[in-house]
Amino acid sequence: MAPPQYAAPPPKRKTEYLEKDALQLYVAVACTCDFGVGRIMFISKFSRPGAHAIKSMVKAPYFTPRTSYLPVVHNHYLRTLRHEPFCTGAEKNADEGSEEKEKISVTFVDKDGEEKHIKVPVGTSMLEAAHENDIELEGACEGSLACSTCHVIVMDVNHYNRLEDPTDEENDMLDLAFGLTETSRLGCQIIAKPEIDGIRLALPAATRNFAVDGYKPKPH
Amino acid sequence: MAIFGKLRWISRSFTSLPANPLRICVVGSGPAGFYTAEKILKAHKGVEVDIVDRLPTPFGLVRSGVAPDHPETKIVINQFSRVSQNDRCSFIGNVSVGSSVSLPELRQMYNALLAYGAESDRALGIPGEELGGVYAAREFVWWYNGHPDCRNLAPDLTSTDTAVILGQGNVALDAARILLRPTVELARTDITSHALDALEESSIRKVYLVGRRGPVQAACTAKELREVLGIKDVSIHVKQADLVTTPADEVEMKNNRIRRRVYELISKAASSGPSPPLPGQRELHFVFFRKPDRFLESDDRSGHVAGVHLEETTLEGDDLGKRIAVGTGIFDDISCGLVLKSIGYKSVAIDSLPFDHYKGIVPNVGGRVLSDSTGDLPQYETGLYVCGWLKRGPTGIIATNLYCAEETVASISEDIGKGVLTSNSSKPGREGLLQLLDSRNIRVVQFDDWEKIDAEEKELGNLKNKPREKLATWEELLQVASE
Repeated sequence: MAPPQYAAPPPKRKTEYLEKDALQLYVAVACTCDFGVGRIMFISKFSRPGAHAIKSMVKAPYFTPRTSYLPVVHNHYLRTLRHEPFCTGAEKNADEGSEEKEKISVTFVDKDGEEKHIKVPVGTSMLEAAHENDIELEGACEGSLACSTCHVIVMDVNHYNRLEDPTDEENDMLDLAFGLTETSRLGCQIIAKPEIDGIRLALPAATRNFAVDGYKPKPH
Repeated sequence: MAIFGKLRWISRSFTSLPANPLRICVVGSGPAGFYTAEKILKAHKGVEVDIVDRLPTPFGLVRSGVAPDHPETKIVINQFSRVSQNDRCSFIGNVSVGSSVSLPELRQMYNALLAYGAESDRALGIPGEELGGVYAAREFVWWYNGHPDCRNLAPDLTSTDTAVILGQGNVALDAARILLRPTVELARTDITSHALDALEESSIRKVYLVGRRGPVQAACTAKELREVLGIKDVSIHVKQADLVTTPADEVEMKNNRIRRRVYELISKAASSGPSPPLPGQRELHFVFFRKPDRFLESDDRSGHVAGVHLEETTLEGDDLGKRIAVGTGIFDDISCGLVLKSIGYKSVAIDSLPFDHYKGIVPNVGGRVLSDSTGDLPQYETGLYVCGWLKRGPTGIIATNLYCAEETVASISEDIGKGVLTSNSSKPGREGLLQLLDSRNIRVVQFDDWEKIDAEEKELGNLKNKPREKLATWEELLQVASE
């Protein structure tokens, strides 16, 4: 029953998805640490996607599917509040009144590499924002953590790290997502906040191979 | 993915179709049917899609397979309802392709897309399979979910304290959970009354989940496993010896996040319990490395099962994809009065449809049905497509059909672009079908008739503090639909 995991193909437009400062920080950390294998393992978790990102800077960018379990700290005291599905835009406008709701910039990159830049009010989930802007992000369970169809790939590891850790429930659903990567999240669980202004989210491609003989490509 | 861009361009140039629109009939209104219909309607602005189902109620396994205590998984019904409400889409229920209308007749009226899933079961093929008390898990699930075909299953839950479930996938876990959950919790769900009543009287206190292979190969996923391990007042039993992993197991876990998390959950459960059994506590046993050899017949109750004779197995084969369980010649028994076989579904063939009986699917390439003819070049059946379990085999989740539908719709779009499917054909579509069914006295159920059923179920549920009380007989469903 486990769905096979595939690499997403390279987006048409070359997207630079590691911010320069994150790269510099990675190099700084790497230099200050002992390069022995044991020490490397204690470098904070962002360095693993960092290494991957550096590799990708050298060749054409692509997303490797997650094939091993990324250890995630489950801090129950910082558990993300489950976001109520679909606060309507109308309600948001009613709330504004004299106070302008702060908005952040978000870019969605579809499976053909086409980009759409939108503004998202703080507190809105990426799934809601996608639907309000006619972006084709599926949301079968409408944000109740019961499916994986709103799966998005956070293209900048900096932004990925600024998100609250996924809960067990989200990780359970991510298990089933197609084209899973190390910076994958569910769109309904990414809530807009100033720290992730400029976040770029890629929609995973459907590189399905439903061969009749049940051939399952090995994850790579 | 440049091909999708190209196809979108091709399909856009066909958006303004002549007065005779292309008509497609989707057979089956589960996730495969609805996702396909949605994508066709979106990609081709002139196409009409009719969704036919043999039941009066739409949504397939979302309604009859998803467990009652998983309401969030059913939310996708909202999206599917919106598809039905599209002007160019009609739901036509209570129509069985293969009996109300034959496939050749349907194909004279429409281009057809078969998405009718898998309504039968894999058989074990071992002695005693026909004994009373041995059911397919599918039948048990249909029974508690109110599918009219299993309304009268009447499994006997009062003559035994033990149930054995063969298989360790999510369906097996669902069945175990429904048998073991406190009924006060189930009473608030949309489980059918006849099942709730039977469960309230149930004497079953022990459930065994039996798998041929080890915990690393168990087919379930983390969420469902976590849930079954956390059922109130249920102690979990796993043999420590079964948790020993081989190097091949380690590699398998390293490559597959789901396998690793499942194994970790099972071994955590094994190490933390079970505490000495409290009175009234129920038990859930995970049994690994056992395959069923035969079912044992009861001495007291002729024709009824009394136990399962199991053979211990060992895993052979180095190739990770092909490690199989092989018998060791060591046997043991589990006494029980109820057996649920949860070893996989199987599709049903219909007349005039190419079918691979070994794999249980319709032979196809990318959703285009292959003709039976033997020859060097593959020949496709014009205007006949498949999607979902009928195409891929009975595996995957609801979302798997999203991608399956995309592939099949890409094939359809390509065929439209190449002129293989034309709108000039004289296919009468909906008018032709409804006329034919009328002449056979078949009462169709349209979407707004389903809405009457839906409203009635919700109203009845309201009286019992449940989200709905399902109408579980053909008579009730058709009666309310025709009010």
